Amino acid sequence: MKRVQFSSPFLPYLFIAPQMAIIFVFFYWPSVQAIQSSFFLEDPFGFGSTFVGLSNYADALGSAQYQAIARFTVVFTALVTFLSLGIGMLLAVKADAVLKGSSTYKTLLIWVYAIAPPVAGLMGMMFFDQHIGPLVKFAALFGWDMKVGLNYYDTAFAMIAVSVWKQIPYNFIFILSGLQSIPVSVREAAAIDCRSGVRRFWTMTLPLLAPTAFFLLIINMTYALFDTFGVIDVMVKDKAANNPITLVYKVYMDGFRGNDLGGSSAQSVILMIVVFVLTIFQFRFIERRVHYN
Amino acid sequence: MTRIRLFDHLVLMLGVFIMVAPVVVAFMTSTHEAADIHRNGLSLTWGGHFTETYDTVLTRKGGFTGEITGARMIWNSLILGIGFAAGKIVLSMLAAYAIVYFRFRLGTLFFWMIFTTLLLPLEVRIVPSYEVMNKLSLTNTYTGLIVPLLASATGTFFFRQFFKSVPEELLEAARIDGAGPFKFFIDVLVPLSRTMIAAIFIIMFVYGWNQYLWPTLMTTDERFFTLVRGIKQILLVWVGSNIPDYNEAFALAILAMLPPVMIVLIFQRWFIKGLTESDK
Repeated sequence: MKRVQFSSPFLPYLFIAPQMAIIFVFFYWPSVQAIQSSFFLEDPFGFGSTFVGLSNYADALGSAQYQAIARFTVVFTALVTFLSLGIGMLLAVKADAVLKGSSTYKTLLIWVYAIAPPVAGLMGMMFFDQHIGPLVKFAALFGWDMKVGLNYYDTAFAMIAVSVWKQIPYNFIFILSGLQSIPVSVREAAAIDCRSGVRRFWTMTLPLLAPTAFFLLIINMTYALFDTFGVIDVMVKDKAANNPITLVYKVYMDGFRGNDLGGSSAQSVILMIVVFVLTIFQFRFIERRVHYN
Repeated sequence: MTRIRLFDHLVLMLGVFIMVAPVVVAFMTSTHEAADIHRNGLSLTWGGHFTETYDTVLTRKGGFTGEITGARMIWNSLILGIGFAAGKIVLSMLAAYAIVYFRFRLGTLFFWMIFTTLLLPLEVRIVPSYEVMNKLSLTNTYTGLIVPLLASATGTFFFRQFFKSVPEELLEAARIDGAGPFKFFIDVLVPLSRTMIAAIFIIMFVYGWNQYLWPTLMTTDERFFTLVRGIKQILLVWVGSNIPDYNEAFALAILAMLPPVMIVLIFQRWFIKGLTESDK
């Protein structure tokens, strides 16, 4: 807050009103509704609803299908996060190390960020296509008969590959800008003390990057949980039956295809809690970092 | 030393290859005929049917989506991208101005209410959001497409952070010169924020253009389809056709990525600034 401020009885309300109005109508109202309808069983033909307490939650958490999808979501999120973070970090460290062509590499590596997840998914579909896909032919060289869309694990592999590909630039940008903010004096001191580049990375660079890396960890997890919806929707083409899907996709399927409003809302609330916990972690950490600075 | 550097370059070139090659292949393949692609697979060479394919996708009705042309979808995507970015900037600048420069009773409460929106992405409340839109009969409208996406506070925090870094002396000087809240905002803060506005506009435009889930839910009427939303239609047509129109699908994918990619490339510095400073 500023030391000097305007004081006016109604102007601040006028300025903040548009934002608050939109938040109320499009954030609080739906969120409250999600929580509310998660306790009700909706009649599929629209004739009212009955209060069922926590049974929607029990149904969701107890069902074997939900547990399988939850397990896949965890594996998917972990793989997408670590692979895209790892590859992004590798490329950023290398782009920071080379003297010539650093900015060219940077330009070439970041622009995939601008491609929408479903567009990336569409491209993935064609690269992993049974008839025309070069990646399927490539896998066949190693005796891997890849059947994306039919085989559960092959589809999962393709989904992870596309999601990681799309997310690498984001991690690259953040880690590179983190690396470039490390003072030259620190680097030089480290270079004098330690000849091994690999050891320097683990003992100097990585600890200094830790705040950025932690922030990216959370962001990548949210990406893998939510933003990959487009990739998944395009790659499973509404036929979720034998294909791997994530929890968000199940919320969507149950709510819009299955018309199970209560069940879908209960799943929404479960996800809300997951995101809530993740975000609290993130803000606590950022607060600490601000404190150090 | 030289050997190590060579290795660095090899890693980077491999990275560039993995990131760039799929898009190059997608573009080159889009210039071939569908039957040719069906026979020979994806291609790295120029197929010579660039004009026909892109003309079909952009102007001829009855492509993938039945009624609507690619040009119309580009128009809708532009409306969504620009409308979202502009709306976000106006809303969040005003709200941040109120929070930073005014002392008012509900200020703290409002701040926390805005803050909470950061915790829950749209994806976890899609079904109830859709119900609300239905009740307000905002489905298949541009308002319904754009406004609900504005209900997140990323921009507000960005501008709040920036306004707090503006020197106090500016406000003191402005007040001595007799400037009121409106004059200070328009003549001092807005010009000061120009770079920030540009940076956040780029990020938000790309974000808006790339929206998929919300347009998929909101628009069933083809006249409101955005390019990214149109992808879904491609796939629905695809199922059950003999030789899918691979070339047109690739062309549509290229068109859907062209504007955001161009913007990121041209305004690279602002883009990186906006991205690394707004998401924190």
